[in-house]
Amino acid sequence: MDAKQIYQTLSEKFTGRIKQFQENTHPASVVVESDAIVDICSFLKRETELEFTSMISLSGVDLKDQGKMLVIYHLGSIRHKHKIALKVELDRNNPHVPTVEKVWPGANWYEREAYDLYGIVFDNHSDLRRILLPDDWEGWPMRKDYVYPKRYHTWDV
Amino acid sequence: MAVVDERFMDLNMGPQHPSTHGVLRLLIKTDGEVVSRVTPYIGYLHRALEKIAERLTYPQFTPFTDRLDYLASMNCNLAYALTVEKLLNIEIPRRAQILRVIMAELNRISSHLIAFGSLSSDMGAFTPFLFGIREREFINDLFEMVCGARLTYNYIRIGGVAQDIPDGFIDKTKEFLDYFPPKIKEYNDLLSYNAIFIKRLANIAVISPEDALDYGVTGPNLRASGIKWDLRREEPYLMYNELDFDIPVGRGEMGRVGDAWDRYMMRIYEMEQSAKIVRQCIDMFQQGDHIAKVPKVLKVPAGEVYVRAENPRGELGFYLISDGSTKPYRLKIRAPSFANLSIVPKLSGGVMIADLVAIIGSLDIILPEIDR
Amino acid sequence: MGVLEDRLPENILFTTVDKFLNWSKKSSLWYMLFATACCGIELMQTGASRYDLDRFGAVFRATPRQSDLMIVAGTITHKMADRVKKLYAQMPSPKYVIAMGSCANTGGPFYKDSYAVLKGVDRIIPVDVYVPGCPPKPEALIEGIMKLQERIMEKKTLVKK
Repeated sequence: MDAKQIYQTLSEKFTGRIKQFQENTHPASVVVESDAIVDICSFLKRETELEFTSMISLSGVDLKDQGKMLVIYHLGSIRHKHKIALKVELDRNNPHVPTVEKVWPGANWYEREAYDLYGIVFDNHSDLRRILLPDDWEGWPMRKDYVYPKRYHTWDV
Repeated sequence: MAVVDERFMDLNMGPQHPSTHGVLRLLIKTDGEVVSRVTPYIGYLHRALEKIAERLTYPQFTPFTDRLDYLASMNCNLAYALTVEKLLNIEIPRRAQILRVIMAELNRISSHLIAFGSLSSDMGAFTPFLFGIREREFINDLFEMVCGARLTYNYIRIGGVAQDIPDGFIDKTKEFLDYFPPKIKEYNDLLSYNAIFIKRLANIAVISPEDALDYGVTGPNLRASGIKWDLRREEPYLMYNELDFDIPVGRGEMGRVGDAWDRYMMRIYEMEQSAKIVRQCIDMFQQGDHIAKVPKVLKVPAGEVYVRAENPRGELGFYLISDGSTKPYRLKIRAPSFANLSIVPKLSGGVMIADLVAIIGSLDIILPEIDR
Repeated sequence: MGVLEDRLPENILFTTVDKFLNWSKKSSLWYMLFATACCGIELMQTGASRYDLDRFGAVFRATPRQSDLMIVAGTITHKMADRVKKLYAQMPSPKYVIAMGSCANTGGPFYKDSYAVLKGVDRIIPVDVYVPGCPPKPEALIEGIMKLQERIMEKKTLVKK
């Protein structure tokens, strides 16, 4: 299936919860409501016509000027050889989105990474801790307004 | 107060440990020799590459991709260059494409040689490691000829390659191609079909195809589980669609499909195929430019792309958001080892401690791209 | 066995105690197998087939408890820094440190733009020899080890000047 058909299938199934279709990105992306993400993902994985077997990647993006955060799920299917990106838009002051860990267990670490670097909270995540930075690190370093620290433990940064 | 579970002993492996292939830390809950649960702790090499990318211009970031997966610098350079070129929409000269494939495949061989060598030394056989390094030095010499560096090449640039190959490079490469295939037989005689080695790896840590996909495992590890998926074939980039090569998949020769021995053997088979690709490329050589015309101040058109390429360890992807300026707005690096390592807790319930070393070794992870 | 075996009568060698101590220290620099990043691969290759670091009496040990020399091969991040201090403390004296590569020297390419990288391992442990390069070639590392051997020979333990 090409991206347009995937979008149409999704918008028929999830009326009102699919916000937008962006064709000019590569792969094409579908913007969806954040609280529908788990339903949409499990539908995408289960449906034989779609069968998105694995989550390729999950990225956080900080859109500071628009006061938003994005989470982008790149999904791929080994059988049908198609790809799509799902996007959810979050409030920058309180970014949280349900976890898709139950759908693809591999999402666990990607979500921890987005939490670590952007402070995006994944609701119902089984183990939401910092993954790359030390536990006592302060701030969310990949945010655009992050100020580099001066000192860490006993030495200058 | 934390409650101590008296049934288990906590054992720390790493971050300084010879078998963790870098600064990985594994917290192991053991019941005697049997592992009950493994929790990997990563990030000891988190160098903030994604943040650095947002603060530097597009060409300035290329040297950092060398340090992303330093065993396969060429492949990382290549994936990054492909990503930026996708947005720039430029045509790469034919000669540059051939050179890129040669470098990528040679680097794949040298990377797999380390995988082969380090797994063997993890299993207690040090000699194969020395054999692997011996051949790797040959490839290092070849790379030193083209770009002056032994490890971090910065050779594949946006638009092509940094400079044309020097005189004598083709002859030396041909010499390598004659020299190398007999060595693979040597590896097989010495290690691959060694009874002790097979006992250590066969039927250990079987990854089922479903698990592999669920966890996003890619590369030789995925193919060892019996799934024929290679981006060079599925989404051909450069001129891979013109080349003739096989994609080896795990067949469970010594045990079950997707066990540690299958994963190890994928690397051996792939080295043969890479040598075959390089030989074809040399025959296809033609004169021409080594780099396309790229402006000095590179402004990349606004857009979003996710581009992926087949690295020795799996799928390396770059998700790039450009706002039309000289610097990336966001560059997310999707590293193969990150996903490949995340399956370790699932694999290692109930194995022996010594087998844990085999699991880590057979997955062939590398820390800089996990931590970035 | 050796070329001199059974050829010389019993002999007495005259030297100073310091020289003898230093000579024995410099001839068995056992280094810790401690590789954090890219330089670790060059360290590995220095120890392997072509460059064969064993010639200098330097063999790797997997534990700090048996090591005299720590070759800091690669980037040290803030998360790792505490561990490096601990590893250094675990080594028995006399102990030496070689900072291999730009990252261990100064933070290297990550100096300006990274929030996570320690800008030089000398901020947390004392360093004897700095080997520049990103990564240094094996020849450069061997030069660094020979420089360290020279330094060891200059050490005065018994005679105070």
